Amino acid sequence: MKIYTHQGKWLALIISIFVLILCMLGSVLLGYTDTSIHTAIQAFSHPTGVFDQLVITEVRLPRALIGAAIGGALAVAGALMQALTRNPMASPDFIGVNAGASFFIVAAMMLFSVTSLEAFLWIGLVGSAVTSLAVYLLGSVGSGGLSPLKITLAGAATAMLFASMTQGLLVLDESALDQVMFWLAGSIEGRKLELLQLVVPYLTIGFLIALFLGKSINVLQMGEDVATGLGQKTWLVKLLGLVSIVLLAGSAVSVAGPISFIGVMVPHIVKGLVGNDYRWLVPFSITIGGIVLVLADLAARFVMMPEEVPVGVMTALIGIPFFLAVARRGVGKA
Amino acid sequence: MVDGMIALETSQLKLAYGERVIIDGLDVEIPKGKITVLIGCNGCGKSTLLRSMARLLKPKTGTILLEGQAISKMATKEIAKQLAILPQGPVAPEGLTVLQLVKQGRFPYQSMLRQWSTEDEELVNKALHATGLDELRDQDVDSLSGGQRQRAWIAMTLAQNPDILLLDEPTTYLDLTHQVEVLDLLFTLNRQENRTILMVLHDLNLACRYADHLIAVKRGAIYAQGSPEDIMTPSLVRDVFQMDCKIISDPIFGTPLLIPHGKGRSVVRKEG
Repeated sequence: MKIYTHQGKWLALIISIFVLILCMLGSVLLGYTDTSIHTAIQAFSHPTGVFDQLVITEVRLPRALIGAAIGGALAVAGALMQALTRNPMASPDFIGVNAGASFFIVAAMMLFSVTSLEAFLWIGLVGSAVTSLAVYLLGSVGSGGLSPLKITLAGAATAMLFASMTQGLLVLDESALDQVMFWLAGSIEGRKLELLQLVVPYLTIGFLIALFLGKSINVLQMGEDVATGLGQKTWLVKLLGLVSIVLLAGSAVSVAGPISFIGVMVPHIVKGLVGNDYRWLVPFSITIGGIVLVLADLAARFVMMPEEVPVGVMTALIGIPFFLAVARRGVGKA
Repeated sequence: MVDGMIALETSQLKLAYGERVIIDGLDVEIPKGKITVLIGCNGCGKSTLLRSMARLLKPKTGTILLEGQAISKMATKEIAKQLAILPQGPVAPEGLTVLQLVKQGRFPYQSMLRQWSTEDEELVNKALHATGLDELRDQDVDSLSGGQRQRAWIAMTLAQNPDILLLDEPTTYLDLTHQVEVLDLLFTLNRQENRTILMVLHDLNLACRYADHLIAVKRGAIYAQGSPEDIMTPSLVRDVFQMDCKIISDPIFGTPLLIPHGKGRSVVRKEG
């Protein structure tokens, strides 16, 4: 079901915003503690501090907001990476940005006993910037310069390197394992709203750059030579794209840990809806990324009630069959 | 060299990939309003020269003049309004329609302030019409035949509305029918709209048929240039391509026609 007309796309975008809001409402109302709409309204209009109200304001509301923001950020970062590397399977997890940021955060936690949230955020951003740069440089080595294939290989190698170094650290210090493990699985549970407030400026800049780049990315997607021939400063587009990816993926991993598959899955769903036009792909990735992560987080509360599954495990559970389906049917036709 | 105006001109051009020098100290002029074809064996530097003239490759030293102006001093979007390049084997992103592809040709004319205009619309329609793609405008580029696909890319460069069109091996991977289809289109664009065309071709017979001006490149230098009738000789082919051949006059077009020596079956011709 592909939407071709301009009006249809606007309508679909507005609908997706409503669906996102509905999903977030569901995330606020549903869970182990039974709450009604009435309780939810009262939690904000007449706060009394009873348990049910606290569940809503302190636990579920942050979770819904964080889920929407991080889901959107991961999806847009994935969409940008797919264009810059010309690889339809690229995403923050496959190209090593998540693994790199995770390693930096785990190393800081374990080696330097860093625990402040703000410090995590900076370390996460620096980690994703360093990893992106490393992948970029590795991909440029050798004749022919930077090619999509080399970037993909460099990303896969970097991801494995950082993942094994993280595991090495965890083997060295088992006592820290519990604390780190939950974060490493990727979760938006138990994160305070202040954490989201810290990353809002970076997410906003990242989203704005991505929205602004839409048309330029359409041109760059036709290849470096064609884009240059059309008068594009391709280095500038790639640089801005990279900045946006680092801001979005770095913020996401700092807040929620490495949540996999959203970055590769959502852009494919969106391409199925509106095609390869990045002027539409980016805004739809924001809303649909939010919807998928909020829904995955909701599902994570119910699959093993009363226990919760980390949402990163949930996205992988949804993601892997999706991945296989895309591989079978052919890229871009999902 | 030739009468009339010069579209593109290089002076003391030095081109290299990293440390490997491909062309050193080259001076060449591309006549305006004509079809010029670069020929030469693989790796002789003809594609490199074409790429540098389209500012896809920055020269180490030397200058390239576009209508008398140094391209190194021009804004890249201004160059794109005068000169379009179709690189070798371009690949369209998945799911892109012909119309969407051709519309990208208007990129150099757009900015934050200037959005899609009626002029853009007209030039896109004109480009689709000139390339015979009116009916196929909503098809995916992937679903087209090789010749149609190449015509769609040429339509994109036409939407740029350039005076000069550069094409790097536009007929590679096409069967003979589609090769002629693409070259006929370029010929029409040159003869009817007076656009200067500079391209790299591998088929020498087709090069002789369509080129007003032929430039034979050997090891990064110009071996010979001029009209195919004047320069295409067995000794040129031997020196540039290391191949012996016989040259006769094309029975239909009268242009030089090469018959390469080598092995092969031989049959006695029955007269009458």
